Amino acid sequence: MKLRIETAGMEALMVRLFDTIDVANMAWVLAADQALREAFGDALIDLVPSYTTLLLHYDCRKLSHAEAQACIRHALSDLTPADTQQGQRHDIPVWYDESVGPDLSRVATRAGISIAQLIEQHCQDEYCVFALGFAPGYGFMGLVDDAIATPRLTTPRRHVAAGSVGIADRQTAIYPLPSPGGWNLLGRTAVPLFEHAKRGEPLLRPGDSVRFRAISREEFEAQGGDTTPMEERS
Amino acid sequence: MSQAALEIKQAGPLALIQDAGRFGVGHLGVTQGGAADWIAFYWANWLLGNPLNSPALEIVMGGGLTLEAHGEVRLALTGADLAATLDGQPLAPNASFILRSGQQLVFQQPRHGLRAYLAFPGGLDAPRVLGSHACTAREQLGGLQEDGQPLKAGERLTWQGNTHEARKLPEHLVPSMPTSGCRLPLVLGSQAASFSGSSLFKAFNTPWQVDNRADRMGVRLTGPVLNGSLTGIISEGIPLGAVQVPPDGQPIVLMNDRQTIGGYPRLGALTPSACAALAQCLPGTEVWLTPISASHAQADYRRQHAQWATD
Repeated sequence: MKLRIETAGMEALMVRLFDTIDVANMAWVLAADQALREAFGDALIDLVPSYTTLLLHYDCRKLSHAEAQACIRHALSDLTPADTQQGQRHDIPVWYDESVGPDLSRVATRAGISIAQLIEQHCQDEYCVFALGFAPGYGFMGLVDDAIATPRLTTPRRHVAAGSVGIADRQTAIYPLPSPGGWNLLGRTAVPLFEHAKRGEPLLRPGDSVRFRAISREEFEAQGGDTTPMEERS
Repeated sequence: MSQAALEIKQAGPLALIQDAGRFGVGHLGVTQGGAADWIAFYWANWLLGNPLNSPALEIVMGGGLTLEAHGEVRLALTGADLAATLDGQPLAPNASFILRSGQQLVFQQPRHGLRAYLAFPGGLDAPRVLGSHACTAREQLGGLQEDGQPLKAGERLTWQGNTHEARKLPEHLVPSMPTSGCRLPLVLGSQAASFSGSSLFKAFNTPWQVDNRADRMGVRLTGPVLNGSLTGIISEGIPLGAVQVPPDGQPIVLMNDRQTIGGYPRLGALTPSACAALAQCLPGTEVWLTPISASHAQADYRRQHAQWATD
């Protein structure tokens, strides 16, 4: 961990802790998140943690730029990593099927394995939630095994259904809402990520761990899943 | 007697309920939203003596948006001149006015600026989600139906208060809409150093055109191609006004409805006042980026806020 405080905007500072993505970063990012929230109190407008950084938006009617920088330095001076064992473990049921995961076959072919092996591989590892972003409740998770890592689509889809589970490079995620998107889609879950986020209580939080579990169409439907196939639209 | 209301007789291209924005929820992946020209938005509420953050209407372009009054009400109009008329009579922005039962308010097309703000006594009635009334379509948050959608024909607007003050905006404080050649102050970020010397020179010494790919998420600028040593970065939080430069070298200014995190290198971020000005620029407007220090920008920002501190 090497603390750098960089100007990001008129009343925004980038707190940079690391330079590479690593599951081990999370204990420090979470500890810094907590320490900064406490130190800034009501002078804090927003604090957005990510893989290696925290973007801090403070209220410049309460603190000057120099005061905010000093406050960060002071808050993080004796930082000790958080206990990541306290993160929640989530079991996410996914219906892996080409009708809702139109990239299953391409990702499997690229990796030189069968679709069944691809599903098994995606379900095998426990993934760390690195950051929330892109959409309410959207968690960036990883790291996906190198063998099935697949770059984003050259041309993103204009419509990706809510609940779609995808991978991009060594990351995996679930789309909480219908949106455009360029990730490779493998299946769909009925877990209502958006509804949780809308209540201010996201299901997935940074530092949590997630394991996917393959379920049948019947189970997916019983959970209230939407089986409408993904349409290929340019 | 039923409550006074405004009925949407005809919806224009985009009219959204907005407040100052949804803050303190960026870590959930929820965008800021809020009035894109926050200065005009605050003036609209100020004119009626409302709390400055009261929900109001952001009207983009006009495009025939027609509102009909049921009951009498005093409203305040600020921001762009969208050739508004009250029962056919021209209505100038930056003032409050009375709309009587049966009268119609129509917004035609932009004459100066792009976004007008219409404030209501005590603020519009609208659901509050995650601490804000801001309407963000992509996230399905806010709006009359709580689906983030803009106003539709047949919907009715009601408001919180029935009393109001009728303040007048002093002549010397009337904000002017940006014109071609306007300057947009930018606070340099740490990644600015990763751009080539000639790109940095061009960024601040050549005019940029506001592209037609511009919305509440971001505004593209076209001009010289900027390049540097970074093509992508590990995704990190995006502040309001961040000027990100994707591989095509054409900057995108990230506005109120931006994604919360992203992975393109950045020159820095426009000040909030510069974002407000950019939100009023029609495609084709020429703008200049000018560097400013964070402390200078903050001093300007505090002076701006001092203008409203009269209540």
